[in-house]
Amino acid sequence: MATAEIDIKYVAHLARISLTPDEEKKLAAQLGGILGYIEKLKELDVTDVEPTAHAVPMVNVTRADEIRPSISHDEAMRNAPKQANGLFIAPKIVE
Amino acid sequence: MLNQLTISELSAKLARREVSAREAVQSCLDQIARVDGKIHAFISYDSADALAQADAADKRISAGATHAQQPLLGIPIAIKDVLAVKNQPLNCASKILGKFISPYDATVVEKLKSAGAVVFGRCNMDEFAMGSSTENSAFGVTRNPWDISRIPGGSSGGSAAAVAADECVASLGSDTGGSIRQPAALCGCVGLKPTYGRVSRYGLVAFASSLDQIGPLTKNVSDAATLLGVLSGVDPRDSTSVPQPVPNYAAALKSSPDGPTIKGLKLGLPKEYRIGGLDAEVKAAVDAAVKKFQALGAEIVEISLPHTDYAVATYYIVATAEASANLARFDGIRYGARVDGNDPAELYSKTRGAGFGDEVKRRIILGTYVLSSGYYDAYYLRAQKVRTLIRNDFLKAFETVDAIVTPTTPTAAFKIGEKSDDPLQMYLSDIFTISCNLAGICGISIPCGFTRSPKLPVGLQLLGRPFGEEMLLKIANAFEQNTLWHRDRPVL
Repeated sequence: MATAEIDIKYVAHLARISLTPDEEKKLAAQLGGILGYIEKLKELDVTDVEPTAHAVPMVNVTRADEIRPSISHDEAMRNAPKQANGLFIAPKIVE
Repeated sequence: MLNQLTISELSAKLARREVSAREAVQSCLDQIARVDGKIHAFISYDSADALAQADAADKRISAGATHAQQPLLGIPIAIKDVLAVKNQPLNCASKILGKFISPYDATVVEKLKSAGAVVFGRCNMDEFAMGSSTENSAFGVTRNPWDISRIPGGSSGGSAAAVAADECVASLGSDTGGSIRQPAALCGCVGLKPTYGRVSRYGLVAFASSLDQIGPLTKNVSDAATLLGVLSGVDPRDSTSVPQPVPNYAAALKSSPDGPTIKGLKLGLPKEYRIGGLDAEVKAAVDAAVKKFQALGAEIVEISLPHTDYAVATYYIVATAEASANLARFDGIRYGARVDGNDPAELYSKTRGAGFGDEVKRRIILGTYVLSSGYYDAYYLRAQKVRTLIRNDFLKAFETVDAIVTPTTPTAAFKIGEKSDDPLQMYLSDIFTISCNLAGICGISIPCGFTRSPKLPVGLQLLGRPFGEEMLLKIANAFEQNTLWHRDRPVL
């Protein structure tokens, strides 16, 4: 397992969260401490243990592939920070 | 004073036309006006809307609607700011949602409304339900009504304080690692986390999707049973909700003609929960409660939950990993606050950097890390395996006992600011409540005493098997019927 050191800049970029240099330093220290604590999970033997992704024994809950009512277009746009012509305005993704 | 009544008491008065729903709601609003400047349980509330709902309830009562048909008719219920209520603000106590107004009702809110409740208020909370003290709100701290220099607990601190301060008759909270039970314990009210899948999460802003559950905070156990009955049931809009029939929880509590009895039931005491950090007065109150259970005829059995020590570490991997995925949607494009950027990545980063508080950033980054390439197996996958071991501990224990008894928290309410500089210390205080969510079982916290000076509530936790809420409520009710702790109110 990794040592309790985290590349804050890289992970913050993955998480798309911009941090000030102060925040980076503080977080690195705090997360280092937390990860150090989490190392104790290494003590356990988990060979042949199935992971639990879901606490209830239910699988493949599906419904018929039919169109159902949803919220209206207006309602969906109601909280848009920037909109025009019924569309969300976003910065250009592809040059 | 109508705001001081329980659901049972108020519904009886409304049914007999002794009082109106408008008077009941006005009584809560008056109390809020009187004390919320000090307590700050509410981020906001809409008086006019609440009174309009009350008037509508009064009309229905006059027209012959009964509490048999609509058990919450005219009852004012406050809502944690993490649940969608149509046309009300939804902020999760965060700046990042800006001026978001919800276009829809959560399933639980629909159910409350169908049951005739007056649904009002946005109760304060830790931002995105991440915290144990309600100090992580972007809208100010909530103070414990028993001692305003102290925290009410979290993340449903506002919901708990509102009930304890009689600013409402009951409230809804959410619980991912203890966020209903812990504030209930610290504020001296009843808080119930249903079994995972018992209550639909549709309309609950997701923190950790495999751990979150919505539940009631109330003044007594019978009210918790009433609310659980209204909230429960499978929902096609939440595919993790379970098609388990909903018993009449409230009626089950009344069914024994000689009063509630727990004779012959087995209660398990986990030896691993006798930790060093357990406050002496909390221990004394819980020990006295255990003696009370014995006096009522229950058998106390020592049990072992061997993986207890690994629960906090497991939780802070699983919950943060899930949170990092769930909070990816807050990107400033479709809703909420936005900080512009030259390209999408910059817009997202700046928006999220400005909009999220420290604790949320901390957890998202930790969660992102444990899921990232090269670390996934070592952290997340391992944690999911340990989660299996923790769940198996409980399932095995329930083969020999009917419920498990523990303190809800290691200490009574601590001072505002006392733990906010040390996140790990804060996390460790969740030790007793966290395993319940990992295992997917149900749990309730009930008042069981007070510390001497200052007088602060102590909570007793009961944990039950999956979909074993009836047994949990029965045991909790027997304790409550034979003690007076739940009757005390803070002086405000």
